[in-house]
Order: sequence, then C-alpha cells, then structure tokens
Amino acid sequence: MSANAVTRIFVPGDMLAIALGAGELVKELQKQAEIRNTSIEIIRNGSRGMCWAETLLEVQTNAGRVAYGNVKATDVNSLFEAGFLNGGDHEKALGQTEEIPWLAEQQRVIFNRCGIIDPLSLGEFQDSGGFIGLRKALQISPAQIVEQVTRSGLRGRGGAGFPTGIKWQTVLDTAGAIKHIVCNADEGDSGTFSDRLIMEGDPFRLIEGMIIAGLAVRAEQGVIYLRSEYPFAVKMMRAAIEMAEAENWLGKNIQGSGKTFNMEVFVGAGSYVCGEETALLESLEGKPGIVRSKPPLPAIAGLFGQPTVINNVITLCAVPDILAKGGDWHASLGIGRSTGTLPFQLAGNVAKGGLVELPFGVSLQKVVDDFAGGTKDGSKIRAVQVGGPLGAYLPPELFDTLTGYEEFAAIGAGIGHGGIVIYGSSINMREQAKYAFEFCAEESCGKCTPCRIGSIRGYELLGAEQIDKSLIDDLCEVMIEGSACAMGAMTPIPVQSLMRYWPEDFAEDIKAKS
Amino acid sequence: MHDWNDQHALQIIADCAKNGQVLTSALRQLVDNFGYIDDASIAPLAKAFLRSKAEVYGTIQYYSDFRDSAPAEHVLRICQAESCQAVGSKKITKLVTTKTGIALGQTSSDGQISLEPVYCLGLCANGPAAEFDGNPVAELDEAKIDKILSGIRS
Repeated sequence: MSANAVTRIFVPGDMLAIALGAGELVKELQKQAEIRNTSIEIIRNGSRGMCWAETLLEVQTNAGRVAYGNVKATDVNSLFEAGFLNGGDHEKALGQTEEIPWLAEQQRVIFNRCGIIDPLSLGEFQDSGGFIGLRKALQISPAQIVEQVTRSGLRGRGGAGFPTGIKWQTVLDTAGAIKHIVCNADEGDSGTFSDRLIMEGDPFRLIEGMIIAGLAVRAEQGVIYLRSEYPFAVKMMRAAIEMAEAENWLGKNIQGSGKTFNMEVFVGAGSYVCGEETALLESLEGKPGIVRSKPPLPAIAGLFGQPTVINNVITLCAVPDILAKGGDWHASLGIGRSTGTLPFQLAGNVAKGGLVELPFGVSLQKVVDDFAGGTKDGSKIRAVQVGGPLGAYLPPELFDTLTGYEEFAAIGAGIGHGGIVIYGSSINMREQAKYAFEFCAEESCGKCTPCRIGSIRGYELLGAEQIDKSLIDDLCEVMIEGSACAMGAMTPIPVQSLMRYWPEDFAEDIKAKS
Repeated sequence: MHDWNDQHALQIIADCAKNGQVLTSALRQLVDNFGYIDDASIAPLAKAFLRSKAEVYGTIQYYSDFRDSAPAEHVLRICQAESCQAVGSKKITKLVTTKTGIALGQTSSDGQISLEPVYCLGLCANGPAAEFDGNPVAELDEAKIDKILSGIRS
C-alpha cells in the first residue's frame, strides 16, 4: 500500500453502535488520522449483527476486511500504534471478518450484505445482487410472481406464519382500483431486532421486496409502519426511498417498465398492539390502534377498506432472493413446511448476543450452544423465551426441539419473529409470569374484556399470597378462547409455560409465608 | 423544541388536513415541534379532521408518544421489557429512582428530569437499554447513569 493511499475504515452507524459510542469513536479516528497525516475514509455501514463485538471496526486491507471488536474511542491511539490500517495485531483484533466462526458458520441470505455495504449506496447494493429479483419480476406477470412466492413456501416472519403466497393470491384476485402494500415494521417484541438491523443496514432490500409485492398484486402504493422507538431506521428508510425515487426505482414507469410504485414511511406512536395487523391499519388511518374483527381479511378490505397486503419486514426482505433464485430454491432450505432461513436473534442474559441467520430445522440447542456462548453473567442458562412477550419460556430439557413452526407448536410454543431471550439463574419465574400479565394490561387496546380485564386479574392473582393455580388456568382459558386478537389470546402462553416448567418458583412464596 | 404557539399549531393542523394526511400525522408533528399536544388544539383538530372532540382526545390518550403536557427539560427512558429484565433492568431502574428521588413515570419537582418506562428499543443483546433525550444508551450501568445525571445537575 502506498503512503498516500486512502484506507477505508468501516464503523457502523446503526443505533446500537451509536449507543455504545461509535460517534465518539469516529471523531477520534478522524482526529488521530489528521495528527498522523494519514488519509482515511470512514464508511458508516450497518451492523453485521455481531452485537457482542460492537462497536465492530473494520479495515479494508489487501487481504480483505480485518475486524477489531468492542472498540472505543480510547482504543484509537493504540490501534494506530499497532498499525491497524494494515491489519496489525492488537488486543481487540478479531482477524479476517469473514473468517470469524460466529459469522462464518451462519447461512446468510436475507442478511447477506447487511453490515458489508454502505447502506445508502445503490451501486454497492446492485454489485452485491440487489435488484436482480426485481428485474425478473418486471419481466413476468403478477400471477407468475405469486406462483414463485407460493412455491417458495415462504411464511409470515412476524409470528403468525401464514403462507405469503396465499395472502398475495387473495389480494391479486380481489378487484380494487387502489390496493396497498403495508410493511409491518412495528417490531415491538422484546428480544427482536432483525427488522431494525435490516432497515438500518440494507434498506434497499426492503424497498425491492415491497416493489415486487406491489407488482405481484397490482398495488401501486406502499407504506412502512415503523415504530417511533427506531428513529435511526426511520431516517435511513426515508433517505433510501428518496434515493430510489431519484434513480427511478420508485415512482412512475420504473426503469422504463411502465410500472408504478410509490412508498412512504409512517411513524408509530408507542403502542405495542399496533403490531397486530388490524390495529396497525387503524393506526395508519389516523385512529387509535384498536383491533378490528376478522373477517373481513385485510387482503379483501384492509387499509381504507381497500385490498391490502400486510407483511413483516423480514418476509418482504426474503422475497428478492425468491424471485432471483426461484421458489424451488427457497423451498429446498429448511424443514417440513418451514422453508427458507430465519434470522434468529440472541438477546437477554447472553455472552454473544446478536443476529444469527440459519435455515429452519436447526435445533434450538445448536443455536444456543454454537452462538450464544452461555450467559453474560456466567450463570447457568435457566430458560429461554422464544418469540417475544407472547412466546413460551422453555427449559433446557426442551432445547433439542427443532426450529420450525410445526415443531414449536407441538410443544405449545411459537417461533414468532425469531427472538430468543436467554435467562440465567437469577431470574424469578413468578415475577416473569406477573410481568406477562402486567405488559398485557399496559398494552391492551381495551376492545375485548378477556384481555382488558383478564390481564389485570391475572396480575393480581400472581401477586396474591396463595397462588390459586386452577383459577389462573381458568382465566387463561377465557383469555385464549375469548380474546379478539393474539395480545389477549397468547399472553397465557408465557404464563402457563412458566407455571408448568418451574412450579418451584410458584410454590416458594407460599411456603415461606405459611 | 419550541414553546407552544397557537398560531404555529393551527398552521400545522391546517397543512396536514390540506395535504390529506390523517389525524395522527398532525399529532406527530405537533409533538415533534412542541414536545406535547396542548388541549387548545383539540377543537381545531376535531374540526379539521371531521372528528368529535372526544375522538381526538381519545386518540391522544391512546398513544404513549402523544403527551398532553410539556415534558421535563430532560427525559430518561429505561427499557422495562424481558430482554433487559434478564440483565437486571429492574435493579438499574431502582438505582436511578434512588439517585433522582423520583419514581418511574414521574418528573422531578424542579422540572429538570422525567423518568419513563419504554418497552424495547431493539438493543436487546446489549441491555439494559435506555434513551436519554433521544440518544440511545446500551449496557446501562452505574457509571453511565452518574454521567447522565451529572450533566443535568451542572
């Protein structure tokens, strides 16, 4: 490398890196480079999903990208001293990024370029396979696009697991002068952040997926319902939409195809239940996010009563590769009726948390053993909660369960949005059960009695001196059978799994007090 | 952030209605501009968006982002959801309430700081997570809390 060559340095600009001081790190890098009269170019990439190593600094060397983990502004001086611009050794060096086992052992499809490219470079996006799926979709009929998605076996990644092809077919078959593509980016489940990472790290992928969805069902407008807790994603998506418009990937006559698609971002206002699709539609219409009764299905009468596709971010982000490589390719990945890959998210009390994308069918044990690296506090893993606040808590004895929609349903659990929250030995299961009801009471939209009142009664029952298990089970049955949506109907899942697998935590208090 | 201004608020409401935006879009812009939605805007909002005043009020009350009173000078939001609980968010919240002398959901008597719960910031692998004056904070510990609080007091 010549003395005057500009070295490219990658410092993620995503919300987590910023929360860990990446802003100060960049300033220090610039300052020290100036002092040393060295030319550097800092690229604010997205995150590689290796949250345990953030802020992950990478340097482009002749031999590839070299990584340094957990870098702080205070490390900059010693990094320069160690010759990091040429990949020099340092206590924080992680070696060649692509060879880090935690990344190398994943099978990344949806996250193939996240953290690698400049998120707002349409050139880098296309150089790494971007828009191949869209170009294909522009050449075939809506029915042919839907057929590929149906063949792929893709199911909704938001949690419900509904077959995407069937949803799209319904909207395509429904007459309507105006149809909508709504992207559900209200990622409110604790322990999940895959939507955030992809929107901040590869926003054009979501745009590509939404345009394809529009072409498939003859919809010309799309909206991303994005939670206000993700201000960085809001900014990134808006900037990407503007660039796509400027380059005619959005708007009228896309790339001379005669097809039209417009997109916008709608920011939520801090309501968890708006992640439920009908509450989300109400919210988009400017009303309180109170769930609607189904039928009619949103596919028939959705946003403003018009036919609407509502898909989760990751579902839409899976679509470009399905078009590019074919539905059969996607169907060949995974297990049974759970096809393709799932970006798992390891969170909570975890040593090596982050995003792990693997085909369905890998055991929960393998995800935990090969990637989590145990708990953060070094204690034994007591439980994992899979699928967000409405997901089951599972004991280590069940970790041999294979990750798939049916496989999880068979043990009374759900794979949800792929979030895995790990708990160590200090966690009290009765408190977690109480919290499940408390959260439901806080976030209930109030439309139906089982959820609105049941959640409060449940919280009280678990706080009582004597736990009346049969009464709690009764209450859970009423909530499961009688609630209008998943909020009330699924809150009993964490509660009952906790009482089933850790009865000792529910007996302790009673003994102590008697 | 600007102080509440009736004229400015009316302009925002009129612009949103004219552009065919929905009620909550106007509420979002009011909050982004003034930090809260003053009761004075309920009647004009109802008129502009063809809703009853009760419907406008109900919509404001439904969403936690739509405050109906001015926020404190500084706002510290601490995540209370499961992932952060797994790494001691309750303990850290308690520490903050002890240091500030106010409970979660309250504002200090001098109007300097509000403590608020938030349910997930998407920083779940690096909890406990928080947000101070709109800036994300991960791996919240006592040192970071002290730094935040000393900045307020000085």
